[in-house]
Amino acid sequence: MSERIGMEIALAAAEAVALCKPDVVAAYPITPNTHIPEHLSDIVAEGRLDADFICVESEHSALSACCGASGAGARAFTATSSQGLLYMAEVVPIVPSMRLPIVMAIGNRALSGPINIWNDHSDIMSQRDSGWISMFAADGQETIDMMIQAFKIAEHRDVMLPVNVNLDGFQLTHVVEPMMMPSQKEVDKFLPAYKPYAAVHPDNIVSMGSLAMPEIFNEAMMAKDQVLINSKKIILEIWKEWEEQFGRKYEPIGEYRMEGAEVAMLTLGSMGDTAEVAIDALREKGVKAGLLKMKLWRPFPVEELLKAVSGLKSLVVIDRAVSFGGPCGPVCLEVKSALYDQKERPLITNYIIGLGGRDVVVADFVKIAEQAIGAQKKKPAKAYEIYGVRGS
Amino acid sequence: MIEIRWHGRGGQGAVTSVETLALAAIGEGQYAQGFPSFGPERRGAPVAAFNRIDDKKIRVRSGIYNPDVVIVLDASLMVLVNVAEGLNPEGTLIVNTAKSPEEVKTETGFKGTVATVDASKIAREEMGVPITNTTMIGAAIKATGLVKIESVKEPLKKRFGKIAQKNINAMERAYKELKIAK
Repeated sequence: MSERIGMEIALAAAEAVALCKPDVVAAYPITPNTHIPEHLSDIVAEGRLDADFICVESEHSALSACCGASGAGARAFTATSSQGLLYMAEVVPIVPSMRLPIVMAIGNRALSGPINIWNDHSDIMSQRDSGWISMFAADGQETIDMMIQAFKIAEHRDVMLPVNVNLDGFQLTHVVEPMMMPSQKEVDKFLPAYKPYAAVHPDNIVSMGSLAMPEIFNEAMMAKDQVLINSKKIILEIWKEWEEQFGRKYEPIGEYRMEGAEVAMLTLGSMGDTAEVAIDALREKGVKAGLLKMKLWRPFPVEELLKAVSGLKSLVVIDRAVSFGGPCGPVCLEVKSALYDQKERPLITNYIIGLGGRDVVVADFVKIAEQAIGAQKKKPAKAYEIYGVRGS
Repeated sequence: MIEIRWHGRGGQGAVTSVETLALAAIGEGQYAQGFPSFGPERRGAPVAAFNRIDDKKIRVRSGIYNPDVVIVLDASLMVLVNVAEGLNPEGTLIVNTAKSPEEVKTETGFKGTVATVDASKIAREEMGVPITNTTMIGAAIKATGLVKIESVKEPLKKRFGKIAQKNINAMERAYKELKIAK
């Protein structure tokens, strides 16, 4: 039976990973994800988890060690944030190319500079095109659940891809809140032992990560793209299994009060919870507002997005990162290109909020939605706005 | 939903206070959040930590700017920080000081409920150290009734093991010795 617990979300994430019995955990500490590997090292030291905890000297080595371990047939986990993700970036796209089902938690934090330890999504956005499955948790419960789901999705024979689970730094990692923690028995039932498709072993010689000449590289990249796109079907199946076993529903784009909505906000991660309260306030004022909470970022859920926005007059895409010099924020870019071919599409406005930990309160979401409703009549002058910039 | 802001100095354990109070509320079946002021922690510098407590799922994840309750672990902060800033005018200000609640009312100009207890003295006598983070939980419970004092014992035992009882004794004394002025 699952148990209702109170715990810091980073520690709960570590407990959830431990329930998945990884063979190898390799990580290097960086705020704000640090408590995840730190607590896993405690769990290993306490003898609750039979895993090799490798104290590497850098994030590059952390993911490299996971690569080696996964290639040898081990279930491997790592976690990082911000510059740590950039430091492992050389290895990041290699993992999906080698079809290694590593799971990584990312405690999202702004990229330097100026140096900043607080939350935004610029770290994961920089690795958007690396070929990983990428999902965003909105609260502690989703963090626990996604950690466990991630191993099953990653290791599915038709997927065999790494998964990163994003949880907002501080807003999630450092908050104590109530969650349902599945039992070992429940997780064992959901997640079978890992059976590698191929493993490096002296008795069974295989080659991994070899050179690809131009004659084969196009095909390799197409295969990498196809497997990621096709993984959505398996993700949906596994989420359905999760719902059947644990009663908690997961969808690529979760909907909140979308019945009859004319305007909707679309958010990633922990912003969604606060935005829900804003939607309640708007509905009370008689505004037909709803919320779309994107949980699956890669593979990008095009069909689900089209369905979710049909009938909307206005869509407000909330980004938590800047695509410097680009036409708009990274999430809005994807939403706009997904909708470009549609005859009927909502007017899209884009707000970039909460950079480097800048707080965003309920009233800010209300104000953003109201501005967007004003924009229904008149096209906004700018393609996007970095919200709340002082002096502007 | 009740929102609480704790003021302390880095190293005085305000984060432990918010964790313990959140765990006590969660243990009772309530919903709660406990979180630090997100950032680098510097020993001795003024810090804040926060709680939200409700009987339903808490969805707001922003900072707290208009708390219902403010708890001050170290009265020397009151010349540095306006501890009553944003405090609900009908809310509660709880201070670790030997002064009476009426004196604190005059000093701060806060017109809501003020409660005081000499938690430093209690902590020194009960635990031998002037760390008041667990002691002041007793004061917070007495002034607000947000959780039962029994509910705090389990999280304290988990956190402090052998020395939990001393913390519990200090907390119970603060509960009894708190003076309240409406």
